[in-house]
Amino acid sequence: MVLSMIDLTTLEGMDTEGKVKQLCYKARHLHDATKGIPHVAAVCVYPDMVAIAKNELKGSDIGVASVATAFPSGHSSLELKLDDVRLAVEAGADEVDMVISRGRFHQGDYAYVYDEIAAVKEACGKARLKVILETGELGTFDKVRRASDISIAAGADFIKTSTGKIKPAATMPVTLVMLEAIRDHWFKTGEMVGMKPAGGISNAKLALHYLIMVKETLGDQWLDKDWFRFGASSLANDVLMQIMKQRTGAYQSKDYFSID
Amino acid sequence: MKGGNIDWALAPAPESTGHIQLKDRYELFIGGKFVKSKGGNYFDSIDPSTEKAIAQVTEATKADVDRAVKAARTAYDKYWKDMPGKERAKYIYRIPRMMQEKARELAVIESMDGGKVIRESRDVDVPLAAAHFFYYAGWADKLEYAFPNRRPEPLGVAAQVIPWNFPLLMAAWKIAPALACGNTVVLKPAETTSLTALKLAEIIQEADLPPGVVNIITGHGSVGAALVEHPDVNKVAFTGSTAVGRHIQKAVAGTGKKVTLELGGKAANIIFEDATIDQAVEGIVNGIYFNQGHVCCAGSRLFVQESVHDEVIRKLKHRMDSLVLGSPLDKNTDIGAINSKDQLKTIKDYIAIGKKEGAEYYAPEIALPKKGYWCAPTLFTQVAQSNRIAQEEIFGPVLATQTFRTVSEVIQKANNTPYGLSAGVWTDKGSKIFNLTSEMRAGVVWANTYNKFDPTSPFGGYKESGFGREGGLHGLSAYLKV
Repeated sequence: MVLSMIDLTTLEGMDTEGKVKQLCYKARHLHDATKGIPHVAAVCVYPDMVAIAKNELKGSDIGVASVATAFPSGHSSLELKLDDVRLAVEAGADEVDMVISRGRFHQGDYAYVYDEIAAVKEACGKARLKVILETGELGTFDKVRRASDISIAAGADFIKTSTGKIKPAATMPVTLVMLEAIRDHWFKTGEMVGMKPAGGISNAKLALHYLIMVKETLGDQWLDKDWFRFGASSLANDVLMQIMKQRTGAYQSKDYFSID
Repeated sequence: MKGGNIDWALAPAPESTGHIQLKDRYELFIGGKFVKSKGGNYFDSIDPSTEKAIAQVTEATKADVDRAVKAARTAYDKYWKDMPGKERAKYIYRIPRMMQEKARELAVIESMDGGKVIRESRDVDVPLAAAHFFYYAGWADKLEYAFPNRRPEPLGVAAQVIPWNFPLLMAAWKIAPALACGNTVVLKPAETTSLTALKLAEIIQEADLPPGVVNIITGHGSVGAALVEHPDVNKVAFTGSTAVGRHIQKAVAGTGKKVTLELGGKAANIIFEDATIDQAVEGIVNGIYFNQGHVCCAGSRLFVQESVHDEVIRKLKHRMDSLVLGSPLDKNTDIGAINSKDQLKTIKDYIAIGKKEGAEYYAPEIALPKKGYWCAPTLFTQVAQSNRIAQEEIFGPVLATQTFRTVSEVIQKANNTPYGLSAGVWTDKGSKIFNLTSEMRAGVVWANTYNKFDPTSPFGGYKESGFGREGGLHGLSAYLKV
């Protein structure tokens, strides 16, 4: 289950066509040496790599997610950000991972943050919108909660902890606060919103802790790739390693698991 | 791959019992030795989660009580009274050190004997009990600083009777300050939970305390009565029900014995609309379902501001659904077994009363184990002050919820009880907390937390919840002439 919820991600300045292609291959073929291993949920790249990823993943149901809106800082004009989103969507992105304007948020300009998310949502069209709060820059749980509420109200399909560029990234307490915001919205309206903790979840045991937290806070219907994702790349290999341990009874060397 | 296709049931994670050392039969601990009762009567100590007997315990006779008090008197005159405080402290320090060494064993026995979940006995009861000994050992040579310009003197022999809800912890609360102040002790644990007190007796023996400084005798209520009524006792300390407390108060009237009583409670746990609701829900659960509600300071009356009532109750029910009920020795268990058959009956009677009174009943659908004494966590809403379930102490996992509109209303309702042991307040506003805490007639008021204990913090009640304080500096004066 964990494997099918992973968004494999490459967001580096030095991303190349080759790198993205390799990652896409890994997304489809996590561990061909063993049967019955699912593929990941999506591959997450920069907007200019969307077309390449889309092409590589043709014929699979693996989604292509693109970061947008002046990722990772979010400092730009609304017009440029919307262009950024359109660029990704036109290239075929199934999902858009936007960042909120943390500067505006800290200034107390919540209306701006709300409007921006709503505008991006509109620009997304059919693509699902994940809103990155970058909780490592928000400072307090109260602010995380407020940012979650704003994002959900503005139309986020998913809320996501972090860009992966700032430490701390996803933590369990921060994720719980966000899950509670989702739950409160669900209690009030009956609408589901997805959750994606990103960054820092690198082993299977920790992933299991997160799943239990989701199950106990929100319930079984969230335990699905449509409603819960892990933004993590190194997690996949650790989960594979645990699966192999269960099947063979022995831990294998890390060298048996491919790194793309 | 939906969540439903996977078996999410928690795998059993039982704490092992292989390492514990329990005798088949326990004698009385008098004068530093385990001695046979002249009466020769024993009774079973039962594991309430399996209904199996795990050891036999002595039913002490009047003559045994007399022997124990004599041993304590002798030890007081011969060793303890005149020993310098710093020497007494050395002895007392040995006890918690050895408790820490045997922490796992003590925790497992506590869970087996009382039905308390291992998570609580391991993380709360045993460490806190040790902390109490450490704390009061530190006071032993500093009593003159605690009461400046006085000459504090010990009282003599202390008769101590403790309840079954926190057996080892209550023993520590009683014994530690008594010894630190230079008194000797005869302690009687509750009949359903004698075993950790007897393990403590073994530790005290091994720690080589002078014989008779601590004596531990077991048996039913009549033994406790004989002990507190014994003419050569100087001090009576009791924790338990208000009914028994009244009886003790009558028995010692006019005898000159110094008394402290820590009795029942019906605490108000108050949730304001500006509280952090999710934290408050955790606090409500901790307040009433901790230790199956067998807590004198349990937050058994929930007051929710009407504007957030529906939200709080919905979240509370949601949270209750994820509580795990089962074997007390399993590390995943949240709710253990009810301490005894009698107590289970009391709780069930009150639940029936609540339903009959027309309160709305809720309990998560949990399959209760067939063997043992179990009660699912229970919530009553639509309750009024006039309901019996809101007035009387149930001492089980049963929560009675009322709503309120204004601050003055909730203060009035919260204080409208014969008890006054504890209370909880949940709000983000500091000024409201200070207002509430000064208006609340309760010995302990927790703000944005519940059931927090520390040896440095005094604990005790107002009104029918008793008098005298245990813990902290205040706890010393209960065992001294100043």
